[in-house]
Amino acid sequence: MGSRASTLLREEEIEEIKKETGFSHSQITRLYSRFTSLDKGENGTLGREDFQRIPELAINPLGDRIINAFFPEGEDQVNFRGFMRTLAHFRPIEDNEKNKDHTASEPLNSRSNKLLFAFRLYDLDRDDKISRDELLQVLRMMVGVNISDEQLGSIADRTIQEADQNGDNSISFNEFIKVLEKVDVEQKMSIRFLH
Amino acid sequence: MPAFSCAFPGCRRDLLVIVLVVFVGIGLPIEASAPAYQSHGTEGSYLTNVTNTKKAFPVLAVNYKHVRQPFEIALWILLALLMKLGFHLIPRLSGVVPESCLLIVVGLLVGGLIKVIGEEPPVLDSQLFFLCLLPPIILDAGYFLPIRPFTENVGTILVFAVIGTLWNTFFMGGLLYALCQIESVGLGGVDLLACLLFGSIVSAVDPVAVLAVFEEIHINELVHILVFGESLLNDAVTVVLYNLFEEFAKVGTVTVLDVFLGVVCFFVVSLGGVLVGAIYGFLAAFTSRFTSHTRVIEPLFVFLYSYMAYLSSEMFHLSGIMALIVCGVVMRPYVEANISHKSYTTIKYFLKMWSSVSETLIFIFLGVSTVAGPHAWNWTFVITTVILCLVSRVLGVIGLTFIINKFRIVKLTKKDQFIVAYGGLRGAIAFSLGYLLSNRHQMRNLFLTAIITVIFFTVFVQGMTIRPLVELLAVKKKKESKPSINEEIHTEFLNHLLTGVEGVCGHYGHYHWKEKLNRFNKTYVKRWLIAGENFKEPELIAFYRKMELKQAIMMVESGQLPSALPSTISMQNIQPRAIPRVSKKREEEIRRILRSNLQNNKQKMRSRSYSRHTLFDADEEDNVSEVRLRKTKMEMERRVSVMERRMSHYLTVPANRESPRPGVRRVRFESDNQVFSADSVPTVHFEQPSPPSTPDAVSLEEEVPKRPSLEADIEGPRGNASDNHQGELDYQRLARCLSDPGPNKDKEEDDPFMSC
Repeated sequence: MGSRASTLLREEEIEEIKKETGFSHSQITRLYSRFTSLDKGENGTLGREDFQRIPELAINPLGDRIINAFFPEGEDQVNFRGFMRTLAHFRPIEDNEKNKDHTASEPLNSRSNKLLFAFRLYDLDRDDKISRDELLQVLRMMVGVNISDEQLGSIADRTIQEADQNGDNSISFNEFIKVLEKVDVEQKMSIRFLH
Repeated sequence: MPAFSCAFPGCRRDLLVIVLVVFVGIGLPIEASAPAYQSHGTEGSYLTNVTNTKKAFPVLAVNYKHVRQPFEIALWILLALLMKLGFHLIPRLSGVVPESCLLIVVGLLVGGLIKVIGEEPPVLDSQLFFLCLLPPIILDAGYFLPIRPFTENVGTILVFAVIGTLWNTFFMGGLLYALCQIESVGLGGVDLLACLLFGSIVSAVDPVAVLAVFEEIHINELVHILVFGESLLNDAVTVVLYNLFEEFAKVGTVTVLDVFLGVVCFFVVSLGGVLVGAIYGFLAAFTSRFTSHTRVIEPLFVFLYSYMAYLSSEMFHLSGIMALIVCGVVMRPYVEANISHKSYTTIKYFLKMWSSVSETLIFIFLGVSTVAGPHAWNWTFVITTVILCLVSRVLGVIGLTFIINKFRIVKLTKKDQFIVAYGGLRGAIAFSLGYLLSNRHQMRNLFLTAIITVIFFTVFVQGMTIRPLVELLAVKKKKESKPSINEEIHTEFLNHLLTGVEGVCGHYGHYHWKEKLNRFNKTYVKRWLIAGENFKEPELIAFYRKMELKQAIMMVESGQLPSALPSTISMQNIQPRAIPRVSKKREEEIRRILRSNLQNNKQKMRSRSYSRHTLFDADEEDNVSEVRLRKTKMEMERRVSVMERRMSHYLTVPANRESPRPGVRRVRFESDNQVFSADSVPTVHFEQPSPPSTPDAVSLEEEVPKRPSLEADIEGPRGNASDNHQGELDYQRLARCLSDPGPNKDKEEDDPFMSC
């Protein structure tokens, strides 16, 4: 790789990221090389167009939302720390972590944080509820253009009906958790980063 | 006769059981002594013909030989099923002892009976077993294999199946050979290859036994799929090892080349089986694309193609079980998109029926063969075999789990490992393979005896104790879950999310390949294998449609709604179901009933409407929640509003003596409707004079969350005028939703639907 001394990862930074996200040393370096390969502008941050260049995201129905999830509120660039912070949600939950008592806050990859991440992808306006419209938007993205609005509306109505317990016609975070209690979220939302 | 008026409740059941047993007792001697009877019969008739030539045409004659074979087969199957029936009539027994054990005991008794009579009890013919009895069970298992857990754990399953079985074989074979070397045992003649052959037969976990026992304990999905998947996939290993050692035992020596060829053979057998299964699976899917005009024979295609896959792979000595599983798995998504609902039900029930019969027969025959078979008992050998089986299984599972857990996201806990180890049951496949051993092997009888003992031990001891152990260890049970549209949507959402994040990381993992396969499937494969335009249908929509369909059928079956009207989305995609056609006669009926019911006072109606809700609770249908009822009611109101347009000029409701406020009357009618449907009056209920009912439908929707009693009449007269507009919109939206081109006053709405 070329000499980009200013953007090389320093040991202290690795340590900090390790503490914050729980990734191992090798994982961090590996992801850093991925970060730099995506960073075509070589300025140490990624912009939206860098993400959009990834072919898998281009064909992914939720591509835009995933990209947005990486960028903090209102910003257009994400640095490596932010990158890692988002990816930390997808780290597998290890057994020993389950028992460790948390002096700090809950680790980023705990079950409820994973679910919160997914919830935030639905809930764009951050009002802590998935409204019927938000659900419809997601359904429309996943299902394509051939299905009529009424059909999607029926599905959305049915979905909300199934999940809604307090009758506010939208899905709150707790209802979201309850509906997914049978799904093995630890497995479904984890990526096996190679050791 | 006092027999049928017993005082205490269990009496009738016990009597029935006794009757069954007597029937069995009589049936068997008849069958066993049939040959004697048959010759007697013909002799008798011959004599009669010779001596009395002028005798009239024999009105009644017996010719058993003519029907002997089918008769015997049918009788065996009938007796087996009666036994099965009998068990479930004895309440306490079926809860404690697994069915497989009981059936083996029955087999033992039957075998004993036959022997006592002096006849030769039939042995479980290996040909019969492998070609007729085993395929239905495997097909049933493969067709309904839960794909998601299977693919998520396929690595683990393969490791257990292949490496676990290899470990078991060599461990047991080796230690038994060492045992035979000991002078005191007296088995000096057994060489290593024979022991290894024996090891290969005994070490394979049996799918039939596993299914039979695990079905009753409802263990959690992960453990179930691990043990079950292992039992299915280890067939390839078993076939290879068995054939290998058979060959080697003939020759007597093993070279390195042979071992190498053995390994190659393993890959050929397993991949070949998979390939054959896939080919037949695609053929079946392709055929099902064209069956829209001959719905009746659709199930047959499924069965025959699968059976052909099994036979073809057996022909080439490939793994028939794997072929069958792959065939079922491959063809299922496409076939189900093409066939009618009735065919789907037929396939499901035929498979369950056949596999049930097969299983019953297998276990009974196992019992009978035990009594029949030649035995050579050697305490040391047999006991050692049993112990070694357990030990090698436990060691194998623990060792492999230790390695596997390094690669798994969700680790296997100690409890899971215990159940996996303890659930490794041996069954009829081991017995049949042992039976197939040619008589050349001097130890054949000894091996057979040992195999039978192991089978008995695993089925009886492990089978019976696994349920209390599961309770004791508080192992996670299967969570009974209804299909939930939420889970489906969110799971798909998470799949996309994870695929995207994997893309960001540059990591080509599980999700990446799954997504690639899906895309390939969607663009190329579905186009060829799914009839009509259905191939474009996204999975989510298909799932939703099926769910609605199931719910509608369920509601009809439980009698809550005489003909449940599915949601509009279902209407667009699937075959029409019976929409009520209103004939003139019915209209008269409706009018009459409405008129008479209008006389009722509020109290009665209120109580009736309440009793209908309690009717639900009594049904114990927790699937049918109040919410769903509400939703369906809403749908019904909407449809009803369309039909009422037409009906309004047929029906007139006489003014009654109660308050003429239109609002009140309207609301009351709505309640009437509900009352009627409980009484199963023809579905088109309701009615309304000129102002459209949609505003009331709307208002009723809102009031439904409170008890639909008549406090509603306060809301009745609310905004008639302003709601008209909304009513129109509602109506138009509804018209668009329905797939017919909008209601026509002259044409009945039903026609487009009733055309198929």
